Amino acid sequence: MEGSIFQYDFIVKGLLGAVFASITAGLAGTYIVSRKMVFLSGGITHASFGGIGIGYFAGFNPVVGAAIFGILSALGVEYLSVKHKIREDSAIGILWAFGMAIGIIFIYLTPGYSPNLMSYLFGSILTVTSADIIALGIMSVVLIAYFGIFYRTILYISFDESFARTYSSYVNIFKYITTALIALTIVLNIRMAGVILVLSLLTIPPNIAMLFTKVYSSIIIWSVVAGFVGTAAGYTISYFAGIPVGATIIFTLAVIWILMKIISRLITGLAKGQEKSGINNEEQTK
Amino acid sequence: MQDVNFVVNESDFIGVIGPNGGGKTTLLKLILGLMKPSAGRITFNSDLINKNSIGYLPQNATGDINYPVNVTDVILSGLMIRKGVITRMSSADRKKTSEIIDELGLSGMEKASLNELSGGQLQRVFLGRAIIGNPKLLLLDEPGNFVDASFESNFYGKLKDLNKRMAILMVSHDLGMISSHVRSYACVNRKLHYHPSSEISNEQLLAYGCPIQLITHGTVPHTVLKQHS
Repeated sequence: MEGSIFQYDFIVKGLLGAVFASITAGLAGTYIVSRKMVFLSGGITHASFGGIGIGYFAGFNPVVGAAIFGILSALGVEYLSVKHKIREDSAIGILWAFGMAIGIIFIYLTPGYSPNLMSYLFGSILTVTSADIIALGIMSVVLIAYFGIFYRTILYISFDESFARTYSSYVNIFKYITTALIALTIVLNIRMAGVILVLSLLTIPPNIAMLFTKVYSSIIIWSVVAGFVGTAAGYTISYFAGIPVGATIIFTLAVIWILMKIISRLITGLAKGQEKSGINNEEQTK
Repeated sequence: MQDVNFVVNESDFIGVIGPNGGGKTTLLKLILGLMKPSAGRITFNSDLINKNSIGYLPQNATGDINYPVNVTDVILSGLMIRKGVITRMSSADRKKTSEIIDELGLSGMEKASLNELSGGQLQRVFLGRAIIGNPKLLLLDEPGNFVDASFESNFYGKLKDLNKRMAILMVSHDLGMISSHVRSYACVNRKLHYHPSSEISNEQLLAYGCPIQLITHGTVPHTVLKQHS
């Protein structure tokens, strides 16, 4: 009996988790991939580990610590890059390792053994709480509303920021809000995929979508679909093979990406081949 | 920059010339309100113009051409970005966009990504973005920079047409080419010297030390000036 309740819980958590993770990661991922912010997002992710460590040490929810660290580091990098006061890539590189160092130091200073550390690094569905799922659900609604209402504004600011600045005084506000939402999305997905793997959850689905479409809204939709397929398949495989969820999801997504890359190559190759043979036919008829 | 004092009238076509670092782009940024003058002011006749009725074509394509937007999206952005932050595309916006696409000879490329276009086509897309809001004043920052040769004379012809609807202020090194359409000049080198007529003499140029690149075409009326010493 206990086993079946456990199984049921696992399936519900897994399914809802997969839906919300793919929605949030699809929206946030499309934004960071098209704005070429993947490295910044990696910095935010790893910096947030510092918050996890402090959360453990001080005895509050590590996700809250991670959220504070993630949002502050994201806004910090955006602010400094707006002011052009730093070499952005160096700053991100420092932030990346500094956050990890803080996290590790505080976890080691915490009395007793921290059994959940691995789950933060590599993700584990077993440690995902109902609160985590609810938070991801709320995040999905917030992101859908935000991108739905401000779609064109977000699109145009991230396409050509300096032109947008000539007409809109809201450019910085939007950059900060979006970056904060991205940081929060990353942090909430850390429970699923872990600090080390979560970035791929955001970046692989848009890259799969962009093989087939160049329309921003279509990239979002297909990212969510690809993310869901990868996540759901990853869960299932992980459950039956008894291997870690985060790694299985990312492995599955990467395999899908490679397969789709080959398929899209074949399609464009075929199209070109047809064009070529079409030209040859024309030449022959001449 | 200092001692900048000039007036742009409704149907002016002013060429802004001067050396690099002389303040040409600064002048445009001041007009656009991206920079604030440390002294003095810039005033608009509010019956005719406000910040939203200025069209702007930046010096280089500042947008990322690999970004997932198509030609229609980019031209449309010239309208949408002025309308506030919550914007929906209306059928009137869509109609206006397709008119601009036709007018600039971009038909058939509505759905094309920017990285599929030539330099000249890209220039026309960004010109479309600048003029779709029916500006009263069009600011062009060195538009000759990435126009392809086949479209070049076409492009300046287009500007002449646009000049019937709007005043144009064009920053350029390309004096020989623009002289046929430009009606007055502003020489910028820290100070601004305004020449109301289209006649421009070698002596005037020498006085302000403006290095001018001369480009002449056989069929285009042009003025050849003596080399700077």
